[in-house]
Parts: sequence; C-alpha cells; structure tokens
Amino acid sequence: MPGDPAAAALGEEAKPEQIAKLRKEMGLDQPIFVQYFIFLGNLLFKGELGLSSLTYRDALKDVSQYFAPTFELVTASMALALLAGIPLGILASQRRDKWLDHFIRLFTISGVSMPRFWTAVLLQLVVAYGLGMLPVTGRLERGVPVPTHITGLFIVDSLITGNFTAFVGSVRSLILPAITLALSPMAAICRYVRGSMLDESTKDYVFFARANGISSKLLTYRHMLRNAISPVLTQSSLTFAYLLGNAFEVEVMFSWPGQASYAQLAAVTKDVNAIVAVTLIIGIFYLVINLFVDLGYGYLDPRARVAEKA
Amino acid sequence: MRSNLSPSGMKRVKAISRLDGFYGEEIRRMMYRFRRNKLSLLGLAWFVVLTFVAVFAYQLAPYPEDASTPHFYEMFKPPSLEHLLGTDEAGRDVLSRIIIGSQISVSTGLLVLLLAVTIGVPAGLASGYVGGALDAFVMRVADVIFSIPPLVLALCVTVVLTPSLEHSMIAIAFAHWPWYARIVRGEVLHVKEEGYVEAARSLGASTPYIAFMEILPNVLTPIIVRMSLDLGYAILILAALGFLGLGARPPTPEWGTIAGVGRVHLPSRWWITTFSGLAIFITVLASNLLGDGLRDALEPQVE
Repeated sequence: MPGDPAAAALGEEAKPEQIAKLRKEMGLDQPIFVQYFIFLGNLLFKGELGLSSLTYRDALKDVSQYFAPTFELVTASMALALLAGIPLGILASQRRDKWLDHFIRLFTISGVSMPRFWTAVLLQLVVAYGLGMLPVTGRLERGVPVPTHITGLFIVDSLITGNFTAFVGSVRSLILPAITLALSPMAAICRYVRGSMLDESTKDYVFFARANGISSKLLTYRHMLRNAISPVLTQSSLTFAYLLGNAFEVEVMFSWPGQASYAQLAAVTKDVNAIVAVTLIIGIFYLVINLFVDLGYGYLDPRARVAEKA
Repeated sequence: MRSNLSPSGMKRVKAISRLDGFYGEEIRRMMYRFRRNKLSLLGLAWFVVLTFVAVFAYQLAPYPEDASTPHFYEMFKPPSLEHLLGTDEAGRDVLSRIIIGSQISVSTGLLVLLLAVTIGVPAGLASGYVGGALDAFVMRVADVIFSIPPLVLALCVTVVLTPSLEHSMIAIAFAHWPWYARIVRGEVLHVKEEGYVEAARSLGASTPYIAFMEILPNVLTPIIVRMSLDLGYAILILAALGFLGLGARPPTPEWGTIAGVGRVHLPSRWWITTFSGLAIFITVLASNLLGDGLRDALEPQVE
C-alpha cells in the first residue's frame, strides 16, 4: 500500500512482521470508518491527533507550537502587502494608461510571477550576504536572547516585556521573509484597488463632487476609497488565510521555525499525523477568517447593513 | 466604441469591419486586440522560443549528456565561457540542464491544466445542466477544495502517494478542477434557457448531446482565458513542489528541483539556484503576460 504510515515510520529495512505489528498498534488493521471514528473521538475528547513520527509528541501539540511563528510572518506580510498595495493601486488608477500605470502593471505582474524561493534567494544574496544589512535566516539575530514566552510572537512578547534588543532583532529578521511572502498578495491587492477605483471614478457622485469643486485629494481618499476599499478588504482577508498555506518556500529558505517548515519536513518523512494537523489548522483558520469577513462586512460597509435590514 | 484610435488604427478597424463572415471578422478583431498589447506579444514570443528550445533541447544544449551523467572533476565551476551558467554539485553544466528541463517544466504545466479541465468541465456541465442533488454535491466538494490552499493539498497528496513528478501533477490538477467546474456551471446556467438549447431539446436531442455539442462550444472562451491565466500558476506550484523535495526526484532536470538541490550550496555557489529560478520566473511572467492579453482579446467587456 503506498504511503503506509507504519511502513514509513519503520523505514525501508523493516520486516513484514514488524510492519504488521505496528499496523495493529496504530489501529490500521481496523476498517477505515472505524479508524475515522477513533480519530474523531481522540480529537474531540482528548484533543489528540496522534503521535508525530518526527518529534514523538502529539501532532496537535507540535502544530500549536509552530503556529505562532508562521502567524507572525503571515501577519507582517499581509500588513506590508496592504501598506504597499493600496497606495500603488490608487496611484495606478489616477495615472491610468500613463507610463506610471504601465510600470506598476509590469511590477505587479512580475510580483506574481516570481517563484517565492527565488525572491528569497535574491534578497538573501543582495541584502543579507552582499550588503550585510539584515540577518540571513532565523527568527532572531545571532546572540540575541529569546524574549520571555507570552504569546509566542517574538515582536509582541519583546514589546510587552520591554526587551528592546529582542524587539529590534526580531523585526530585523522578519523584514526579508515578510517582503518575500508579501510580494504576490501585494500585486493582487494593487490590481484589485486599481480596478475598484476605476469603477468608482465613473459613478455619478464623483461627477457631482467634481462639479462642486471638491479637491481631488478629498474626493479620492474620503469618498472614492471608502467605497472601493471594502471588496478589497474582503479579498485580502481570504488571501490572508491562503498565505498560511503558501509560506512553505519562504519558511524553508529563511529557516523560519513555523508550521510550514514543520509540514515540509513532515511531508518528506511521510509523517501523516503531522500533515493532518497542519491541514486541519489551515482549514479551521480559513473558516474563522471567512466568518469574520461575513461579520465585518456590515461593519465596514453601511450599504451591506441596509441591504440586510431591507 | 473606441474613439481614441490613431488614423491608421481607424483604417484597420474599417478594413476589419468590411470583411465577410461572422467568425472571420470575430477572429480578426481578437487578433487586432491581442496585437495592440505589446507585452503580450513579448510573452508569446518567449513561448515560441521556449517551444523551439524544448523540441531541439538535445541539439541546443552545450553538454547534452549532462542531463544525467555526473562529472565529479568539474564540480561547482562558476559561470565562465566554457560553462555559461556554471556547473552543479555533480559537475553538470547548469545551462544544459535548464535547456533540457524546459521539456519538463512547460509540458507538465500544460498537462496539469488539461487534466483539471477534463475533470472540471464535465463536472461543471453536469452540475449546471442537471442541477439538483448532483449540483449540490459537486459544489460542496468544490467548496472543501477551495478552503485548502493548493500547495497544502498537493502536500497531502504527495504524502499519501510518494513524491514524484506525476503525483505532484495529479495533486495540482486536483486542486484546480473546481475553478473550471464553477466557471462552466455559471455559464451553463446562463445559456441553458437560450432558444437554441430549447430547440435542440424539442428536436429530441439527448442530454449529453446538448451538454457537449450545444452548450460546451458556447462556454469555451472563459475556459481558455482561465487556462491561460492559470498556466503560470501551475508552473509555479510545480516548481515549488520540486524545490521542496516533493515533486520530481533529483537527477531529473526539472527547474524547481535543480533550484532545490542548489539551495544547500548557497551563497557561495549561487548560480545553480539563481539561474534555474530565473528560467521559472521568465516563463511564468511570459505566461501571465500572454494570459492578460488573451483575456483582453477574448473578453473585451471585462476591463
């Protein structure tokens, strides 16, 4: 049977009797639906997903430990993507079909076309090795002690404890991986904002506001952006959930000790329980984000609230 | 209509509109819209070059035997006139391996999409045309797949099966088919009530006949557009899996795999990963530019 967890855990040298014994211990000789209910029962009542063959701990424990670094990285990337993507999108929509618009378009298409590992390699070679400006890998600069564990997010922890060296060290380590991961969502957000803003610019209220002599800055940021931004934010929160599953190359390249590196190692060593745990966490995260989007939509966009009441 | 055309452009539009035959005119309009987009032409040009390179890979590669044969006395030579992109950990010429790898990277990307389409299109047709419980089932399965990022899905599939190029292709196709099912379903719901479908039905045509012969040709455009936009993405994920050691196995000159093996030799032997990554980047960029142009040409209303 391909991908037999028992055979994978014992390695290639294992004798058939040994594999059969372990299969029995792992409950793999039971019919598949019985296995499924055992699995569900363990998950719901004991909070266990089964041992990871990599760490010999429960896979759910492993994942909850590796979740924080990934969450930190993904949040930083998303913030970067929004901070860069929205202004670029506005700029592109204002200079529609001018050279700046074409330049931004080329830049964003390049952004989604770059393999993440390649972006990481280029940044490491130029910024870290070449210019020596930032650390190459890891979550903290070498020699900086780990901040006291509170949330597991180094930036937050070091701020709470007032550990300034650890704060600077973790921010500096975060910059390159965050840029690498932020590039493609930034491009997507930029294109989305551009389209959304162009849609708004044809609306009647814009025409009317212009006729009333409103300053273009006020019109863009107060009126148009407000209307254009809510679909962008919806889109971005789903992107946020997706980034959690896209961090593999980045975490591997930057030796980031998160759940993506864990999952990659687990996949190479065929650690089924670990993969199940990671997939489960990502799926749950996606659902939670979806829920927040639905709830937050009415809060952000008064039009959605009106539609609900009507 | 467009009013900001140059005089020569206007002349061309008039020349086009004089042509007889609906399809000829339509195709000519598409060609015209496509040609206006210079960047897309660049993307197309890269694919023409790449196809040529892939077909004559063994003739063009400076060291064709380096696809697999190691030369340990020539390990880690930096780029030079002899080895333009240097040599790797087994003394193989990186340029030759990238050239021979072009056969794999592009064709696998296309195959993945074809596979996704062969699953997704019939599923979408059935879902939209038959409706009811079947529709609900297909769409819920699609929802589940949508909630898992493609790379994670691919990871799961490669763990259950063994890591190999074929399995990573199956995994990516599996992650992509719901997109096609959803597009086709939407279009089918749209054209289902059209007169020509009703006419076919009243003439006694069977359901499969109506679905494939009457409806399918009318929903082809969005499928082609989506495929052209997905190609780059498929190539990227395949490369990512190869890079992570979950795709093609190491002696295979697949671009992502070359980069993944070269990773451990960074930063001093930078050329292995950098140049194979560059090949992936240019190809994905070209396919994205091409896809953009095709979308503008085939679906001019979506701008």
